[in-house]
Amino acid sequence: MNRRVVVTGMGVAAPNAVGLDNFHSAIKEGRSGIRFFKKLEELNFSCQIAGKPEIPGELLQQYFTPLQLRGLNSSGIIYGVISGTDAWHDAGLSFVEGENPDWDSGIVFGTGILGVDKFREAIHLIDEGKTRRLGSTSVVQTMASGISAYLGGMLGCGNQVTTNSSACTTGTEALLMGFERIQSGKARRMLVGSCGDHGPYVWGGFDAMRILPTKFNKNPEEASRPMSASASGFVPGSGAGALVLEDLESAMERGARIYAEILGGDVNSGGQRGEGSMTAANNQAVERCITNSIKNSGIQAQEIDCINGHLTATSRDSTEIQNWVNALERKAHDFPFINSLKGMTGHCLSASGSIECVASVLQLYESFIFGNVNCEDIHPDILNLITEERIPRKTIQNEINILAKASFGFGDVNAVVIFKKFNNN
Amino acid sequence: MSEKEIIQKLKRIVEPYVQRNEGLDNFHEETDFLRDLEINSANLVDVILDVEDEFDITIDNESMEGMLTVGDAKNIIQHKL
Repeated sequence: MNRRVVVTGMGVAAPNAVGLDNFHSAIKEGRSGIRFFKKLEELNFSCQIAGKPEIPGELLQQYFTPLQLRGLNSSGIIYGVISGTDAWHDAGLSFVEGENPDWDSGIVFGTGILGVDKFREAIHLIDEGKTRRLGSTSVVQTMASGISAYLGGMLGCGNQVTTNSSACTTGTEALLMGFERIQSGKARRMLVGSCGDHGPYVWGGFDAMRILPTKFNKNPEEASRPMSASASGFVPGSGAGALVLEDLESAMERGARIYAEILGGDVNSGGQRGEGSMTAANNQAVERCITNSIKNSGIQAQEIDCINGHLTATSRDSTEIQNWVNALERKAHDFPFINSLKGMTGHCLSASGSIECVASVLQLYESFIFGNVNCEDIHPDILNLITEERIPRKTIQNEINILAKASFGFGDVNAVVIFKKFNNN
Repeated sequence: MSEKEIIQKLKRIVEPYVQRNEGLDNFHEETDFLRDLEINSANLVDVILDVEDEFDITIDNESMEGMLTVGDAKNIIQHKL
C-alpha cells in the first residue's frame, strides 16, 4: 500500500520576500518583487526589469561559513541553501552531527542552470591562460547538482541526493519525485525544491527571444500581468523554494506540524507534437496531465477549490485556462478560484514551481487565496471561459480543501500536483 | 622578510581553511596542513593561490606537491622571493 505523504516544512527566497513569514505577508498584501536593474540597461536589454531576492550580507553569514563564502558566486546556490535549510529547520529538523548520515532523508533539488556568474569568472580566467587560478570550488559551484550537493552536506542526508532539470517545470517535478520516493517507502523524508540563478547571462536568452515585456522599464511593478488583456510577456525572475515532504507516520511520530497532504500528481510531455513545440505546450498533454493527477489523487474534478496556475503573463494564459476548463469540465461560475504568483515575483524560471508550491501550501494551511495583481483588465478570451469573480484581485479569506498546482516548461513538459488540507482520516 | 614574518603570514592565510583549531594554537614548522590542521585536501589549491597573492610569487605544481608542512611552505616561499 502506498504511504501517505505530507508537507512538514517550507522555506523560500523569492523576489518579493525572503523567509516564510515575510513571504506569507507579501503574497497576502500583493507585494511586488519586480525592479529596474541599471546593469540590464547598460547591456542594452530591451527588458530592463526583473525579479531578484534581496539577500543582505549579514543574512548570508547565517547560512554559510566564512570558508564557504570565499569565492561564492553562484546565486542559485545562495537562494537554494537559504530556502532549503529554512525548510529543514521549519520542519523541526536539525543538521546531522557526528559521523553517520541520516539514511532515511534525501534531497531532490532542481535547477535550470547553476553558478552562471562563477562560470563566467572561470571562462575569463581560462581564456587568459590562468586555469590554475580557478580555485577549488569552480566545479561544485557550477555543476547542476551543486545545489543538492551543498544541501546534502549541510543536512547530512544519506538517502538519494540529486538534482532534476526540466525548465520551468523543475520545482514541481522535484516535489513529485520526492513524493513518489516516500510514497513507495524508499525514504521517510525528502527535501524537495528548486533554485534559479539571477542576472543578465540567465535572462539574456529570453530577452533575445523577444518574449519579455519592454514597455515597463519605468514602472516595473506593473510589468508582470498574468491573465490581463495588456499582458505583454513574462518578467524574468530568480530565487528558490523548498519543502520538506515526509511520510505521514514519521511526521506523526515526531509530532511535526503538518501544512498539507500531497494526494498525487503527474508529469508528462507533449512530445513536441500537435500544437506542442520546443517552446509551446501540446494542449492535449496538459489536459492529460491534469486528468491523470485528479485520477491518481482519488478525487473528483468537482472537488478542486483553487488552482495556482503556471500563467506567466503571455498570450498563452488564455490557452492554459482553456485547458483547465476542458480537463475539469468546469467553466464560468463553476470554475475553481484561480491565481498566479507571477504578477508579484515575475517568472522565476526553474525556481518558479517550488516557490509557487510554497505559496500554494500556505494558502491551504492559512485558509486564504492571494489576490492576482496587475489584472484589473482580465483578458476577454478568459472572461469567455470563466466568470470574473473566479479570479480574485484582492486576497480573500477562504477555507480551501483541495488545490491544484501546475507548471509547464520549455521542451513541452508538464507537471501538476494536488495538495489537500491535512485531515487525519 | 624574516622566517618569523613568513610563518605569521602563513598562519593568517590558512586560518579560514582550518578545521582543527588546536592546530592553530600550536603553529610551527612541523605543523602538517592535512593532519594537524585538518585542511580539506581540495582547499590546498586555494591556500596556494592565497600564498601566491600574498607574496607575489608563482608556485608550480611540482613545488606544491612537496608542500605538506608549514616548514615546507616557508622554504618554498623563501626560495621564490
